[in-house]
Amino acid sequence: MTVADAVIIGGGIQGCSAALHLARLGAKAVVLEMAHAGRHASGVNAGGVRTLGRHMAEVPLAVAALEAWHRIGDLVDDDCGFESVGQVMVAETDAELTRMRSRAEDLSHAGFLHEEPIDSADLRRLVPAVADHCVGGLVARRDGAANPFRATLAFKRKAESLGARVREGVRALGIERVPGGWEVDTDDGRIAAPAVINAAGAWADRFAAQMGDPVPLQAIAPMLMVTAPMPRFVEPVVIGGGRTLSFKQFRNGTVLVGGGHRGRADRASQRTVLDWRELSVNAESACALFPIMRTARVVRAWAGIEGRMPDDIPVIGPSGRQDGAFHAFGFSAHGFQLAPIVGAVIADLVTSGRSRLPIEPFRIGRFRAAAG
Amino acid sequence: MRDSMIDVAVIGGGPAGLAAAATCAEAGLTTYLIDEQASPGGQIYRAIADTPVADRAILGADYWRGEALVAAFQRSGAVHLASALAWDVTPDLEVAVSVGGGSRFLRARRVIIASGALERPMPVPGWTLPGVMTVGAGQILLKSSGAVPSGRVVLAGCGPLLYLLAAQYRRAGAEVALILDTTPAANFKRALRHLPEFLLAGSYLAKGAELLLSAQRSVEIVRGVDSIVAAGEGQLRSVRYNVRGQEREVSADLLLLHQGVVPNVNLSMAIGCAHDWDGEQLCWSPRLDAWSNATVGGVAIAGDGAGIGGAAAAAERGRIAALDAARHLGVLSEAQRDLRAAGPRAALRRAMRGRRFLDLLYAPAPSFRVPADNAVACRCEEVVARQIRDCVALGVPGPNQMKSFLRCGMGPCQGRLCGLTVTETIAAARGVAPGMVGHYRIRPPIKPITLGEIALLPKSEAAIKAVARG
Repeated sequence: MTVADAVIIGGGIQGCSAALHLARLGAKAVVLEMAHAGRHASGVNAGGVRTLGRHMAEVPLAVAALEAWHRIGDLVDDDCGFESVGQVMVAETDAELTRMRSRAEDLSHAGFLHEEPIDSADLRRLVPAVADHCVGGLVARRDGAANPFRATLAFKRKAESLGARVREGVRALGIERVPGGWEVDTDDGRIAAPAVINAAGAWADRFAAQMGDPVPLQAIAPMLMVTAPMPRFVEPVVIGGGRTLSFKQFRNGTVLVGGGHRGRADRASQRTVLDWRELSVNAESACALFPIMRTARVVRAWAGIEGRMPDDIPVIGPSGRQDGAFHAFGFSAHGFQLAPIVGAVIADLVTSGRSRLPIEPFRIGRFRAAAG
Repeated sequence: MRDSMIDVAVIGGGPAGLAAAATCAEAGLTTYLIDEQASPGGQIYRAIADTPVADRAILGADYWRGEALVAAFQRSGAVHLASALAWDVTPDLEVAVSVGGGSRFLRARRVIIASGALERPMPVPGWTLPGVMTVGAGQILLKSSGAVPSGRVVLAGCGPLLYLLAAQYRRAGAEVALILDTTPAANFKRALRHLPEFLLAGSYLAKGAELLLSAQRSVEIVRGVDSIVAAGEGQLRSVRYNVRGQEREVSADLLLLHQGVVPNVNLSMAIGCAHDWDGEQLCWSPRLDAWSNATVGGVAIAGDGAGIGGAAAAAERGRIAALDAARHLGVLSEAQRDLRAAGPRAALRRAMRGRRFLDLLYAPAPSFRVPADNAVACRCEEVVARQIRDCVALGVPGPNQMKSFLRCGMGPCQGRLCGLTVTETIAAARGVAPGMVGHYRIRPPIKPITLGEIALLPKSEAAIKAVARG
């Protein structure tokens, strides 16, 4: 039997970040990862580092996380490919622009100034290639993008260098309550620890149920496409205001097109199947906002497996029923940016029982009525 | 096209695909042959219906054997979708087909993939210089446009195709200055055990001897070459090579490289068929049952795409897969299928006789499969072998994880040109078998198509509704 200060189920960026922050506080965690760190949602997402357009409940975390991204080298000894190129949300109609302006106003009343409304001329200065009909938008100038797999690996390596153990290819089979803590059964022995952290992404509902917190998690497969290199035409990350589109051109000229359109996820085989009828809508959106994209050559499309909650915000916090049990999952396809702060919050909770930021909206108990 | 359901979609118009499509159509099945080329024949019989090479002796009797296959296909009633790219097959057997800049889904009850072979990469230092091509590319130019090179031509590598092209060039009036044969001397000893079987397959022997003798008469052949460098600034000027510890250099205007062919598995991998590492042919092969069915339901794989066997074997494997498709679709009983397959199975056994001898004899040397530090491994992203080794040292265990660091395999070729090199280089650096390292996860589209084309695909109601945010 292995003994640790905490067992973390899931070697995605949330699990690795929790391990890293625990190690900084002197607690040695063991991370159990059934495949390799970053194999699913953490490693194959669009890499968006976005505060722009966040759910109001997520804003405090996203803003704190953005500060961490701007100093990410201090945290993980690697720049994670982070570039602060800004993110722009495009309004295609006056109604959309009005909605964006009032959102920025609401945010500023709450003390957050990171989203600025822009008019048509500003939009064209920031995104010259945008289609003629677009009328303005919102910009978060300090947002950007990073390399998701590289970032996940950097969190993992830093956690290991501070004393965490990341056991790849080891599957957690079950969690059991024992006096003084928990025992986690794996396909490579048992581990005992006073704390267990469920960061199992699309597989987290199984562990949540074993911890006494059943949740209605849906395994989804958000899809992305990437093109062959194009002449450089857009600097910031662009997202749609009225369409589900995210759009980014890399330094090498390739363009990433996403927007949360879903393929099919198969959790058992850990494989995804693309849905071209959905991707077609995604392609149409990209061409509508950027006419130059019609002739872009798509070289590859793929999907990751991610956990989604019915209200599209994550579960972060202690178990509703058991001591020494914590959750960080269900990020609903926008958790990558939050990782530096979620790890810190989880480490706070494990070591002191308090969070530095408001996490009440993410409590697992909110599904109690629904899940029974 | 989208709403109609056909019986069988055959992907690839080489010998396996032609024979499979003809067999299916003759059995009364609605059959479509989807092929990237403008005319049937695949690589081996490329342009057989319209080659400008009129003198039949130039391309040789083996090439013209394809005529009968094409004629049978054309008589069979199978529909020929020419210049058409099958870029994905969904689990519901919808084949995504791009023709003339537009894509549609062709729904089939069975799919037979006959994607053929690719040349194994031969990543010697300088192989990306203008003036360096593959032997296969040289042959394509000859077959489809009658083009022969001028200037000083050097052929390098191993395998029968090297000598075949030399013979074809000579008959077409072009001269090859030098053949650098890289076949390791130790191969013959390993292959010897299978020599008796090879000798029984008389046709190989006669053909091989004829090719060798004819080459020896007119071309200088250097055997036992164990390193090659293509040299020049912005253009090939010379070839440096090493033989028995001796460094030599010859001037060259064109260097044609070749070290055998391997299954083209990009489509079968992209759609989720299981593949295994073949330790003798040194490549990935799809996992198949006795009737060539893959691990994805409704999909069979025939011909060299299922493991290298050559053109004659490919046609028989196409027929066998087609007969089983006909059984699945209810037009043949199991007994009828078995009866009709007896002939093709016997012919297949004959065609495969001697194959192991050839595989072992022409197995390319490790030093030509796992490149030197300064040689480019991934052409799309210009990644050299040293970078791959540095990445392994960082703890990156396989080709998929390496994508994030080096982008190798993420270019337009999706690993067709670098996949085996990268897998074998990582395996060698880690000291494990290639099967342990794995291959790139290939993603559709297997060849690039435009975003505009994807935007015009038919959409689902749900997808359209979901566009409106919130």
